[in-house]
Parts: sequence; C-alpha cells; structure tokens
Amino acid sequence: MTAIRRLEHGDDPPGPAGRQVPAHQRAAAPLDGAGHAPARSPLAPVNAGRPLALEVNGLWAGYPGNPPAIEDVSFAVAEGEMVGLVGPNGAGKSTLLRSILGMVRPLVGEIRVFGRPVSETRRDVAYTPQVEEIDWDFPVSVIDVVLMGRWTETRPFRRWSRRDRELAMDALQRVHLADLAGRQVGELSGGQRRRLLIARSIARGARLLLLDEPLAGLDAGVEHDVLEILDELTREGCSIVLATHDLSCVASSCDGACCLNRRVQGYGPPANVLTEEVLSRTFDRHLITVRDGVVAIDGAGTNRGLGHDRGAR
Amino acid sequence: MAELIDWFIAPFEYAFMQRALASLVIVSVVGSIVGTFVVHKGLAASGSGLAHATLGGVAIAFVNGASVALGALLAALAVALGIGYVRGNSRISYDTAIAIFYVSAFSFGVLVISRRSSYTPDLISFVFGDILGVSQADLVGELLLAVVVVGFVLAFYREMVMVAYDPAMAAAAGVRARFFEYALLVLIALAVVVALQAIGIVLVSAMLIIPPATASLLARRIPQIIGISFVLSVGASIAGLYASFHADLAASPAVVIAAMVPFAATLAATARRGARLAPGVAD
Repeated sequence: MTAIRRLEHGDDPPGPAGRQVPAHQRAAAPLDGAGHAPARSPLAPVNAGRPLALEVNGLWAGYPGNPPAIEDVSFAVAEGEMVGLVGPNGAGKSTLLRSILGMVRPLVGEIRVFGRPVSETRRDVAYTPQVEEIDWDFPVSVIDVVLMGRWTETRPFRRWSRRDRELAMDALQRVHLADLAGRQVGELSGGQRRRLLIARSIARGARLLLLDEPLAGLDAGVEHDVLEILDELTREGCSIVLATHDLSCVASSCDGACCLNRRVQGYGPPANVLTEEVLSRTFDRHLITVRDGVVAIDGAGTNRGLGHDRGAR
Repeated sequence: MAELIDWFIAPFEYAFMQRALASLVIVSVVGSIVGTFVVHKGLAASGSGLAHATLGGVAIAFVNGASVALGALLAALAVALGIGYVRGNSRISYDTAIAIFYVSAFSFGVLVISRRSSYTPDLISFVFGDILGVSQADLVGELLLAVVVVGFVLAFYREMVMVAYDPAMAAAAGVRARFFEYALLVLIALAVVVALQAIGIVLVSAMLIIPPATASLLARRIPQIIGISFVLSVGASIAGLYASFHADLAASPAVVIAAMVPFAATLAATARRGARLAPGVAD
C-alpha cells in the first residue's frame, strides 16, 4: 500500500500548478515561483486541494520561565495525510504536539484543527504518549485502557456504557488485540503496547491522531505492523502526525515530513525535505543523507543514540 | 473446646475491643482504596510524610485545648496541598517536596510540644497509636471521613484511574489531571487522619501500603486489589487485636506485623514471577 501511495506522489508532484488554497487559508500563502525544488508555502499541505485537518500558523510556544521551545512554526496537514515530525531531542516536538492538544498555550500564533480553534476540538484529537511515559505495571487490563479513549466528560458516578465497550472492542479488533482484551497491560510485548495505545485513539473516534514516538525500539517486522495500521487509518480519512527519530520510516511511509529544530527547517514531501542540507540544519551536524528515499547515516550508530525526546514538563 | 471458643470470643466482649475492631475495619476500607493508588503511583513516601506532618497540627491543637483530630486533619490537608503546589510549580521533585514539608511540620510540632514541660500520654498515643483507647466520638469522626473518601473514589473512579495510569493522555482528553492529582493527595491525607488514632503517626502508612502491596502481588486489576487488600487488612487487624489481648502486646505494631506476614509469604511465593512491585519501564 505504501508503495502505491508513493507512486501517487510521483504522479502529482507538489508545486504551484493546480494547487487550490482552501478558503480559510487566506492570504498567508503566496504562490511560489517555479523551480526545481519550489519553496513551499508554509500553510499548504502536502496534498494540496484536500481539506485541512491541522493548520499551525506562526506558532511560538514554550513553558513559563523558559525561552520559547518552538519559534514561528507553520505547517499544515490535510485530511488523510500522515506527517512525520522529525527533529533532535529538545527540538520542540513534544511542545508542538502539546500545543496542538491545547495543553500548552501559544505565546504567539494560531492553531486550527479542522478549521476550528483547539479549545473546541478536544474530541477530534487523540494523543498517544511515548510508551516510556506509561507505567505498564499499573493494574489495568487492555480493555480498560482502550475504554479510557471513550472518556468525554467528568460526571460523578458515571461508568462506561455498553456502547463504549462495543466501540472499545471494535478498536481492539482493528489492531488485532481483541483476544488479549482481558490481559493486564504489562503482559503485552512492545509492539502490542503501541497497538494498544493506537486502539485507544481509535476508540476515541478522533480524526486527528498525534503519536509521540510510536515506532521507537521496534524491530522491522513489528514496525511494519504498526505502520500498516496507521496506513489503514489514513486511507479512511484520519490524519496523523507522528513524532519520530526514524527517518527511513518517514521517507518510506509518510506523506509529508516536517523537520523541526525550534523552527521548521523544512516541510513537504519526504523526498524533497529529507535532504542532506535540511537534515544537517535540523540535527546541527552532517550525519545523514538521503538518496532515492533511502536514508543513509554517516557516523555509524550516532543516529540511534538520539534516544528519546522527553519534552519539558 | 469451650476454652478455645472462649479464647476467640472473650476479647470482643469488651466494648473497647469492639470499638477497636470497628475502627480498624474503617481503616481497612479507606486504606485499601487509597492505598491501592498510593502503591501504584509510587506515593508511599507521601503517606508516611503526611502522617508525620500531622504532628504539627496535633501539637498546636493539643496546646490550645482544641480537637487533636481536627488539628491533624488541617495539618495533613495543608501539607498535601503544599506538596501538590510545589510539585506543579517548581523544579523540586515530589519526594523532596514531601520530605521538606513533613520534617518542617514535624519539627514545628516538636517545638510546640517542647515548650510544655510534660509529655502527656494523650500525645504519646497519637505518635504510637492507641487502638484500645478509640472512643465513640472518634469512631464517628473516622466514619465521616471514610464516607468522604469512599464517595469521592466511587464518584470519580474513571478519572482517578485515567490520571493515575496516563496523566498526559488524560489531560489531553480533557480530564482535569491537576485537580485529580491534588485530590489523590487530599485523599491520602484523609486516610492518614482516619487511621491516626488507631495506628499512630509512626505506623499509619503501613496500613496504606502493606495490604495493597500484598494484594498487588495476587491480583492484576484495581477492584480485585482493593477487595483482597481489604480482606488482608481486616484479617491483620483481628490477628493483631488477639495478639494484643492475649499476649499483652502493643496493638498497633501487632496489627502491622500481622499485615506483614502475608506480604512476606506472598512475596516469597510469587518471587519467581518477577518483581511486580518495581515501578518500571518494561522491555
């Protein structure tokens, strides 16, 4: 499936021709001139013409008492797109995700989800934290965790409804974990844990999924399983933003790549963005080159050492 | 045979023993519910810290002739909120905040008491517990606090579990994670005060920690852990009271030791299944 989508990109190279600027995108996006690698309008999604799921416009954000973690960040994600958010530790990836969730208030700039401000879109967005942030020894079962995705409001003495349970089971079926519903979460393998967290987002019925490092530490086969699930979700119209260190996954599976290091260093189709120039700007060093969609790493092993990006609290 | 039956029945023919048992049953309910969250959120230090902090309030109330239990309650609540505030608003870590607050409050309590010439038995009973001295009024107070604790957890069970398990996701979904984190600290404070008269400042956290920890080795779901913990806790209470009555031992340490025995046995029996209690990042 991934290959087919890549072909589609080839058929429809990004560029000024035929681009339709959605009405609510307003004048902020001047059409760029022709050229080999045209400078993209920051507010145009990779698949121009589709309705927008997410617009981040001139966002400055950070935590009180600290300098802004991200500066002047702009990008857009269309419905059904999967965009990889790439950057070193401390680049502001988590701050950006938290801003989109409305957990960090913008200092400057604006975020719109499906054309509405984030304060109105909580139910449309689902967040999957890094697996390391979760206590897997906690005494809850697999189905308990998926049910958490069904939560909508604090009401005393409320319990999960039958419908909540049905939708939670459906979500588990989607990620092929239905037969493990009664297990304690600690019994799951690494790949199953990622799928469980994705199921929780599916159960929420969200149309925009924000995933923080869903692929970290997975072997190639398991990574493929997770990507296949994400791919299926995008085909159904879900939009996905995933923060990751896995450049080759972004190159092969994502519609767009957004390279972040406090500022957006490059945004667009992976083949255009994951260039030596952009990546060395993003990672502050000459480590990585991309040829034919394959990421090669100079300075062996250093890239893996990038480890986990835990944002400031 | 009649002798054996008498051995079991005789202690509870006394009203003070009945009150002691009633008090310990209330402690068991509250301790099992709150303790399950305490154990699984790694908050054991806060239970112990809040208990010690109550000495400040106890001392002030005692010196001024006010209700000692009320003093303990206010001190525990103040310190719980203080811990929550420091954690949410500064770079000081949780256990550091707990330690600073509780040694301060405890020292303050000792200072206040030191101005009095005599250490009185009343105060000693708060430090080491006085199960056999629990009055009818104490019982009513414990019951009221227990109703608040149980009611809150029943009402907001989903939110409590979500925030305990995955605060980031809970907050992202719109749960008031901060509020429920504070609420848990307040619940711990209330649980400590409920158990204070019976168990004493020094040992109170044992009732919040040992039975739920034992239960966590035996079950893997919160409701089951709470249930098993309650049974273990009541069992330890009864065993401790018998030991106290028949062997003339101090009751609260006897209860704590009685709770410890099944923990040690369970730990030994389940050790091969892996250290379930280690807070951990799995593979």
